[in-house]
Amino acid sequence: MKLITAIVKPFKLDDVKDALKANDVTGLTVSEVRGFGRQGGHTETYRGAEYQIDFVPKVEIQVVVDDARADLVVDTIAAAARTEKIGDGKIWVSSVDRVVRIRTGEEGDDAL
Amino acid sequence: MDSGNTAWVLVSAALVLFMTPGLAFFYGGMVRSKNMLGMLMQNIFSMGLVSTIFAIVGFTLIFGDSGNGWIGNLDHFLLADVSDLDGDIPGMALVAFQMMFAVITPALITGATADRLKFGSYAVLIGLWSVLVYVPAAKWVWNGWLLDRGALDFAGGTAIHINAGVAALAVILVIGNRKGHGHEPMPPHNLPFTVLGTGILWFGWIGFNAGSALAANGQAAQAVVNTHLAAATGMLGWLLIERIKTGHATTLGACSGAVAGLVAITPCAGFVGGASPMIIGAIAGVLCYLALGIKAKMNWDDSLDVIAVHLIGGVVGTLLLGFFADGSIYGAPDAEAGLFYGGGIELFLEQLLGAVFVGVFSFVVTFAIAKGIDATMGLRLSEDDELVGLDQTQHAESAYQA
Repeated sequence: MKLITAIVKPFKLDDVKDALKANDVTGLTVSEVRGFGRQGGHTETYRGAEYQIDFVPKVEIQVVVDDARADLVVDTIAAAARTEKIGDGKIWVSSVDRVVRIRTGEEGDDAL
Repeated sequence: MDSGNTAWVLVSAALVLFMTPGLAFFYGGMVRSKNMLGMLMQNIFSMGLVSTIFAIVGFTLIFGDSGNGWIGNLDHFLLADVSDLDGDIPGMALVAFQMMFAVITPALITGATADRLKFGSYAVLIGLWSVLVYVPAAKWVWNGWLLDRGALDFAGGTAIHINAGVAALAVILVIGNRKGHGHEPMPPHNLPFTVLGTGILWFGWIGFNAGSALAANGQAAQAVVNTHLAAATGMLGWLLIERIKTGHATTLGACSGAVAGLVAITPCAGFVGGASPMIIGAIAGVLCYLALGIKAKMNWDDSLDVIAVHLIGGVVGTLLLGFFADGSIYGAPDAEAGLFYGGGIELFLEQLLGAVFVGVFSFVVTFAIAKGIDATMGLRLSEDDELVGLDQTQHAESAYQA
């Protein structure tokens, strides 16, 4: 099983969700996060004083899928979240040792 | 007694009362979220404490007929025999209107001292300040020696804005800068609240200035128009220079400019006409923006720019009245005309004297009060409390639940 973590622009979240649903992904977890990458931050001006805002708001999406579908999901997220402008975000994939569905106690791929 | 005049003064009292919660949100939007309730509380608490003090001794020390120009007597202690002052309006209407002025004036200081006063010490500070600083200044300007000399202050440019602005400087010199000031960014946490507060202030200021005619007459109508126009051109002046200097016209700039215009027109509101309020507002918008640089140069942590907006705005309005006062407007005697309207330089010199005298008095007494509180009960928060914020450490509450 793979955990796919994607950091995307907040306004692309609905596009990503719709694309994943269309590819039969049955669940995902979303968090509002802040960070910086190559995009860097921006400056804001209050009463003539400039403030450097280093952390940009992003959305983090986490999806756990079986190994066979990992590449499809990564490609789906990338296609849905892409604007071709700086700050589109990143996706990474990590291995997952164990998954439990709390209600039934099912484990592994059955729990996804 | 005139029922129309009485009605207008009573309505104006309600309008001025509304300005203090407006000021709370104007300032509250600009502080960091951990200090939001602390800022709101400092302002709204003035409605509780200063109203009470004003009813007990404040009013009588301004309007008690002592026969001298420096301080009133105790004839109206605990609002006794206020009906002795009945005239065109009831004495009690004057109490209501003046009480709201007394409430908002110390609250203005909280913008400079934001995020770092102990609440109990703040309570003692504004309690003492309202009796020892506000009351004498109000007496001199509205019912005492400065008025007798011919200095003009229609609604409080000297007694309120210069007074509170200088007091703000004195207190921040005692307590020092916020932790992290100058190297840690402290942007406003909720500018929509600041816009809301600006709208409430602007609305209430109609009563503040036009109510000061103490009558529903042509002077009051002129003051309504003057007040509104100065806010309008104050906004335009500030935005213009901000746009030139930084490339953007900001919402905070629009709000700040409007308030700067309102401050500057306050002493002038019933004494000028024609294009004068627009000129005064625009000058205030530009000069108050430029005055933002003072605090950086002096390393004063005037957190929300009380000096630039209230002190400088108050000085601009008070001194410009020496030029723009129009003796032909609503029966102001010719002696009170400014340089541009047939008067000499005398009025300007009286305005300057009033501004300087009240400024120096306010600084000295406020500094002494703040030092005294600091030496006995401590005026400033501990470092740890300042890091955690006013909301949790002073009030055991949070403005926003995560």
